[in-house]
Amino acid sequence: MSKRYVEIIAEHNLEGKARPLSLKWSDGRVFDIDRIIDIRQAASLKAGGQGVRYTCRICGKEVYLFCDEGRWFLET
Amino acid sequence: MRRTILHVDLNNYYASVECLYRPELRSLPLAVCGDAEARHGIVLAKNYPAKNLGIKTGEAIWQARQKCPDLMTISADFGKYLRFSRMARKIYSEYTDQIEPFGIDEAWLDVTGSLDLFGDGSSIAYEIRRRLKTELGLSGSVGVSYNKIFAKLGSDMKKPDATTIINADNFREVVWPLPVGELLYVGRSTRQKLQSRAIYTIGDLAKRDAVALRLFLGVWGETLWGFANGLDSTPVRQIGEESIVKSVGNSTTAIRDLANIEDVKLIIYVLAESVAARLRRHGLKCTKIAISVRNTELFSFERQGKLSGPTFLSDDIAAKALELFQANYKWDKPIRSLGVRGADLVTEGQHLQLDLFDQREDIEPLERTIDSLRGRFGHYSIQRCVMLLDRKLTGFNPKEDHVIHPISYFK
Repeated sequence: MSKRYVEIIAEHNLEGKARPLSLKWSDGRVFDIDRIIDIRQAASLKAGGQGVRYTCRICGKEVYLFCDEGRWFLET
Repeated sequence: MRRTILHVDLNNYYASVECLYRPELRSLPLAVCGDAEARHGIVLAKNYPAKNLGIKTGEAIWQARQKCPDLMTISADFGKYLRFSRMARKIYSEYTDQIEPFGIDEAWLDVTGSLDLFGDGSSIAYEIRRRLKTELGLSGSVGVSYNKIFAKLGSDMKKPDATTIINADNFREVVWPLPVGELLYVGRSTRQKLQSRAIYTIGDLAKRDAVALRLFLGVWGETLWGFANGLDSTPVRQIGEESIVKSVGNSTTAIRDLANIEDVKLIIYVLAESVAARLRRHGLKCTKIAISVRNTELFSFERQGKLSGPTFLSDDIAAKALELFQANYKWDKPIRSLGVRGADLVTEGQHLQLDLFDQREDIEPLERTIDSLRGRFGHYSIQRCVMLLDRKLTGFNPKEDHVIHPISYFK
């Protein structure tokens, strides 16, 4: 398990909440986030870190996407 | 009505936060240390592998390395620890509004009023531990009891990630066999005094006659006796309820040893300015100045003296501190650290006896101007000329560099 920082395109609403729409992998491929299943504060014991955890469905797979003070990373 | 009080202690706090960010280090011996370059190179916290090798908090990095040559040392990142501490308090605040922090990693919670909502003390303790683990990745140990003293003892009994319950029925079996030094406010010297009277355990203390203890140790004797019998009734403070400030002080371990009075003057001016600025910000004046001095042999002492009138001006504070220093230090060893503290505080607005011959009415506006200049343009935008004699030595800002304040149980 490792930590992979990714670029994100997100929508920021009036309440100041961020909702990630798509992410850019390090090789340049862009993946749309099809659905956000859950949002909660959580620690990432596998990758190391802590923040708001978005459980996302991307290409039919569920992944954990973390926002740690504005930096986004995936558990991979 | 019997209260239900929790004491939550985050295990190996600094080290746990660091391990959370670097999981590959979790199983290796690791210590979080102060800045060795600035001579603050001691172990501040360690994880369990390091603890098992006998590494202790407070020892120098080189001592720790003798026990474990492969020890990983990480320098402390207080901003991160404060952030996690705030997040932990946010979790606590969902269960009660009576949260009293004790340092950065410990807190008392009075959950008496929330028992109908969340279940008994131990289920709230379990829920808090579970949330600390999943949401923050930290483990905590919780003591559940009916007073703050026993709750704190409980949180120290089982570590990590455990709950200890001490109630009126079991405290004689659980608390009384513990060594008396475990009790809050029994330090080394009180422990020695008690041992000289054959008081070795908390139970020994509890079974003594309170009046005899009072004769022996003063008011403290009776207070400690009350602690040992579970009679402590100090409330857990509400969030935001400020404790009454009893003194305002700053101290520093200098970047190099102080060899003469010129060095000492520089440090005292820096400290006095910080103390004065903090007094002004709180609208207080002090009538007593205390200094603490520690030499290179780590021998330390404290001396205090009364001022002629209440003040919050750095000149007055520095002059008194220097006077105390010169009267009490003989320069047999260079100095490692210095502290200046203003005590016996009064509010700034109170009436005071004016001095007929004191012509310095413009000093206060001057110091306030300096405060506002520093507020707008930064601490180093305006300084005493003397500070430039040794920029390395005076290049610290005790008012803002320090973020963690030690606190007292008796507010």
